Amino acid sequence: MSKQTAAPPSAAKAEEQQGSTGAGVMDAPPQVDPQLLKKERDEAKERQKDRLSGLGNDQLVELYRQMLLIRRFEEKSAEAYVAGKIGGFCHLYIGQEAVGVGAISAIRKEDYVLASYREHGLALAKGMSARGIMAELFGKATGCSKGKGGSMHMFDKSLGFLGGHAIVGGQIPLATGTAFATKYQGTDQVTLCFFGEAAVNQGAFHESLNMAQLWKLPCIYICENNQYGMGTSLARAMSLQNIAQKACAYNMASEFVDGMDVLAVREATVRAVERARKEYLPTLLEIRTYRFMGHSMSDPGNYRTRAEIEKYQERDPIKLFSATLLEQNIVEQKALDEMDRKIKEEVEDSLRFADESPLPEPDELYTDVYANPIEPGRK
Amino acid sequence: MATITIREALNQALREELARDEKVFLMGEEVAEYDGAYKVTKGLLHEFGNKRVIDTPITELGFAGLGVGAAMAGLRPVIEFMTFNFSILATDQIINSAAKMLYMSGGQFNIPIVFRGPSGSAFQVSSQHSQAIESWYAYFPGLKVVMPSTPADAKGLLKSAIRDDDPVIFLEQERMYNNKGEVPDDPDFTIPLGVADVKREGTDVTIVARSLTVPLALKAAEQLQEQGVSCEVIDPRTIRPLDIDTIVASVKKTNRVVIAEESHPICGVGAEISAEIMERAFDYLDAPVKRVSGVDVPMPYAKNLENLAIPDVNRIVAAVREVAYLD
Repeated sequence: MSKQTAAPPSAAKAEEQQGSTGAGVMDAPPQVDPQLLKKERDEAKERQKDRLSGLGNDQLVELYRQMLLIRRFEEKSAEAYVAGKIGGFCHLYIGQEAVGVGAISAIRKEDYVLASYREHGLALAKGMSARGIMAELFGKATGCSKGKGGSMHMFDKSLGFLGGHAIVGGQIPLATGTAFATKYQGTDQVTLCFFGEAAVNQGAFHESLNMAQLWKLPCIYICENNQYGMGTSLARAMSLQNIAQKACAYNMASEFVDGMDVLAVREATVRAVERARKEYLPTLLEIRTYRFMGHSMSDPGNYRTRAEIEKYQERDPIKLFSATLLEQNIVEQKALDEMDRKIKEEVEDSLRFADESPLPEPDELYTDVYANPIEPGRK
Repeated sequence: MATITIREALNQALREELARDEKVFLMGEEVAEYDGAYKVTKGLLHEFGNKRVIDTPITELGFAGLGVGAAMAGLRPVIEFMTFNFSILATDQIINSAAKMLYMSGGQFNIPIVFRGPSGSAFQVSSQHSQAIESWYAYFPGLKVVMPSTPADAKGLLKSAIRDDDPVIFLEQERMYNNKGEVPDDPDFTIPLGVADVKREGTDVTIVARSLTVPLALKAAEQLQEQGVSCEVIDPRTIRPLDIDTIVASVKKTNRVVIAEESHPICGVGAEISAEIMERAFDYLDAPVKRVSGVDVPMPYAKNLENLAIPDVNRIVAAVREVAYLD
């Protein structure tokens, strides 16, 4: 089994290795030299530039549009949450946009996507409407799950978006099952399974990867390594922190990918999808990313320093990509401004739609419990 | 009508449904090359091949979840747990995924899956292999829970379970696999889920029994008949949804009820049936509802202790005599 590896993208890797043992709760990350940071950013831009070929300008700009839509959508979600319009939990995708957009751009409409509870952005990337997702966040009848799922349970059968799932790692066996089913049915569909790095410590991850390689199932396991499971850093939770390397235990192909570069994510996913479609082989992608916001809206964030967050914000995937697009004359600033304006309108429209939509009817409480409801005793 | 064992009846049901619908596949530990740990799946690998009959690693959470995912993508999996004791490892996928998927997706993803295998006590396999687990699964809306007690019920209910569009927990009983009975030959013979069966008609006391306790209750009824007490034996067959109307109708006739169950009494199915009877037929009761349950201890290994832990005919007879105020 070939095991491909990509160069670690940033100081994050070095930092993690330095501080990987015995890290205390509030251990500050090592000081980052601003010169080093700039050098890394320039290098990242160079690498991204090299990945531009093969995609048309329209495709590149569309990737940017999707990332910006997610960013703006999530910013408004945060506002709506603070305003009390959204209940329960709300896990934002800000900072991780390149992962979902890059990966999902590599598959077809009929392919399946399964995700964790941090899935608003992934649902948007799979083509679900901002209206349907926002209305679901608002608990309205017009939501994509009729207001019964909420933030953590977005579904759209027609678009192959098979849920947000709220038990850490719970979607990994499910995705293994959809991959099993498509192979059983003889289609060439693939499944993308998104999960955070904390899910890697669950048995479900290991059981699934074992079966997927054993039975050659076309599932691409995408570990979005944002380096924190809620407030617990990777260093405090995982004995072997090189997640891509864990694929060795299952004889599975894997790659380590820079999750701040949408094109790097896309390229790695394209390779994995090809392996899945042609040979029914699974792949584990460890995509290194960073969430700029808290774990959820109620996260005090006292487990990481402002300096660390700012360091990663320097690597903002949207800023990086816009700089590349502009410098390479793929798009003009004016067009990006206009795009931003339209996206803001789309998000505002989703908020209005959600606000004005009706609550679910009380009778909805009792529907969708069973597909074949049985009245006991009916012969 | 052929007279066959419950084991053979289950095997027939699986064979017929595998033949009937290409979407049905069977997966579990030792179901294929080994012919099933309890031989329920004997011969199916040979007949249907390894695409349809699949041996798994020992990875209950994994293959239970794989089954739920396959059901989301249009298949109709039958997942065997070698015993339901091992399903405890898979409860996250059964409860958090299978039971709730239709609801939390707003009606988009139903899960047509059967989880089946033996539950309850076997023969001296001690605490971790002897658990009657029905009340766990019956608790959760979204699941259906079935417990057959005869070969005909086993076959007819398993076929209905496989054809059903919801997740069904199908609990067999290892001690009963060799029990014999008549089973219709018709390949389309099914028994609807959610319908209780009156296994014996009577007028003085109702005995509600399921799975292992049904044959015990029938023996007890025979003995009691000789003592002049006429017992009606009702087998709900499906625990969720529970056909409480049939039970209540019987209680309104007999005015006395004993619930016989292998499981522990605390928070059990018997407790639920008792509560339902109190709510629906309190004024008809001439005696308090009496439960005969498995003893409230982990299952011991020693033969004599094991026998003491499981309901038997004598305990059921004594309970009936108690509610009939005969002693």
